[in-house]
Amino acid sequence: MATTTPTRGAHGSRPSRRAPKPMTSGRQAWRSRLWRFDDKVSPYAYIAPFFLVFGAFGLYPLLYTGWIALHRVEMTGLDQMEWVGWENFSTILQDSEFWTAVTNTFFIGVISTVPQLMIALGLAHLLNYKLRASTFWRTVILTPYATSVASAALVFALVFRADGGLLNWVLGFFGAGETNWVNGHWTSNIAIAVIVIWRWTGYNTLIYLAAMQAVPSDLYEAASLDGASRWQQFRNVTIPALRPTILFTIVISTIGSMQLFGEPLLLEGGANGAQGGTENQYETLSIYLYNYGWNLGHLGPAAAVAWAMLVLLLLIAAINWLIGRFMRKNAA
Amino acid sequence: MTTTSPITAPDRRISKAAARSEPPRPRRFKPGAGRQHHAGPFAYFALIVVGLGSLFPLYWTLVTASRTQDEVLDTPPPLLPGGNLFNNLEAAWEQAHLGTAILNTFIVSSCITIATLFFCTLAGYAFAKMRFKGRGVLMTMVVATLTIPPQLSVVPLFMMMSDIGWGGQLESVIFPTLVSAFGVFFMRQYLLEALPYELIEAGRMDGANNLRVVWSIVLPVARPAMMVLGMLTFVQAWNDFFWPYLALNQENPTLQVALGQLSASYVPDQSIVMAGALISTLPLLVVFVIFGKQIVGGIMSGAVKG
Repeated sequence: MATTTPTRGAHGSRPSRRAPKPMTSGRQAWRSRLWRFDDKVSPYAYIAPFFLVFGAFGLYPLLYTGWIALHRVEMTGLDQMEWVGWENFSTILQDSEFWTAVTNTFFIGVISTVPQLMIALGLAHLLNYKLRASTFWRTVILTPYATSVASAALVFALVFRADGGLLNWVLGFFGAGETNWVNGHWTSNIAIAVIVIWRWTGYNTLIYLAAMQAVPSDLYEAASLDGASRWQQFRNVTIPALRPTILFTIVISTIGSMQLFGEPLLLEGGANGAQGGTENQYETLSIYLYNYGWNLGHLGPAAAVAWAMLVLLLLIAAINWLIGRFMRKNAA
Repeated sequence: MTTTSPITAPDRRISKAAARSEPPRPRRFKPGAGRQHHAGPFAYFALIVVGLGSLFPLYWTLVTASRTQDEVLDTPPPLLPGGNLFNNLEAAWEQAHLGTAILNTFIVSSCITIATLFFCTLAGYAFAKMRFKGRGVLMTMVVATLTIPPQLSVVPLFMMMSDIGWGGQLESVIFPTLVSAFGVFFMRQYLLEALPYELIEAGRMDGANNLRVVWSIVLPVARPAMMVLGMLTFVQAWNDFFWPYLALNQENPTLQVALGQLSASYVPDQSIVMAGALISTLPLLVVFVIFGKQIVGGIMSGAVKG
């Protein structure tokens, strides 16, 4: 971050000084003023598109969501808004389905993030060895990342099918395989977590691998001189060096798991998918929002759900921060 | 106590290591730079298992897309491709407006990719190499927007879109994603190292204005990173599901939306649905086979500095 920056003021006048023909002083002054104006305005002009688009399609809608949440707005008449105060919030907070969705979102978030990041850490460790065809392995591991949520959910829906699905058929050889994955609360959440893990483990592996390769090798040499085993080196050199990266992936994964939509929607598909299963056993917050707004057509409560998600996100951010502090304290 | 030094200053070491390996290209990773051990048979065995796990669902997409519905639902399930692929593709084509969907997806992904590259390179350059008031604060704001999920703003977005006449139109999925915070961050990190101040200064001495500097100095230097960002953006735009699914309808879908609707139909024929899934995945797999190395390098180079 510490970059040397030439002073901007100095070269404002330089080009005109080097101009081959001396110019009239009026023109020169005008030119150098134009030059300075260019320097002043250009950076703002270059970053303006980002902030304009974000403002129009990100920030403004985000705030406007809060306003809509206080109104009655129906899909059938989008231009009619009727003030209802906190009614939408109390509606969703008293809806047991909402709390089911909150629990499911958290539960799926935990059982997808934790194994995913642990597998990714282990895989990155393996990929960090001297390997034949290392690029090939990295690409293979990343391929699920190129698969869309929809395609992944659809193929896993067939894998997890109840009677005669691929997984149950394989489990049959071990005397199991009678599980109706989609119908159970635990099992359906596990199925969704598997889809998430499949799609994102490779991506996180590469991030860890990059961080591992930035660890200087003399640290390992020093550790092995001290008689540290490979496991101890992994535990005491690699993991501490990766701490910022691990925190980063935890944050990204938790934000991602708050957004789970395609996986539950398409696990069964049809009307069941749109409400997260016959008994909402795998309904996530995004599905709940979608169901309220786009299926039932009540946009007011849907907006209230969005703000509830914002609160939950802030809560998670606080927890993440605490974990980060705890990890730092533990290390010191 | 021997381990305290790596704990207290990991960041510094990472940036030092990154600075040492020059010239800055997106792929700056010598394999095995961190550890010198050779992989044993266990490592290869584990990698093979994980690799098969990564690829099998894709292979099985092909298997189920080339069978009939009855065969797919059979016990035991089929493990080899059959001969029904073209019938399924044809049926999927008819049932889900796949022709329109493919065209739409190309339009949407291309527009988003081109715009993202243009705007993010400009902004990344400004944040990396230009001095202006509020630079630090504004950059922090850019990064902070990464943590806002799209779910929080879809309700008013939907109302806005129908209000300005973009309801169900491709514009409604293109415009909100014209820029990306990740892109700005990615280009900034790249240009910080790859673009020497001397080069900009030299351009300015020759009397080039800022826009001219961008065109003839920044863009050529940024090209490798733009390639990577372009591919990552294209993959993301191609696969985007949540907002397009809410914004678009059956008559004018993208591929992912069409796929979702195909499976949401009353009694979906699984083999036809899988044929749709195959079509929607295949173009990206081709991109991946050709540019896999660059994409891997891009993700890794973004990561070290992230």
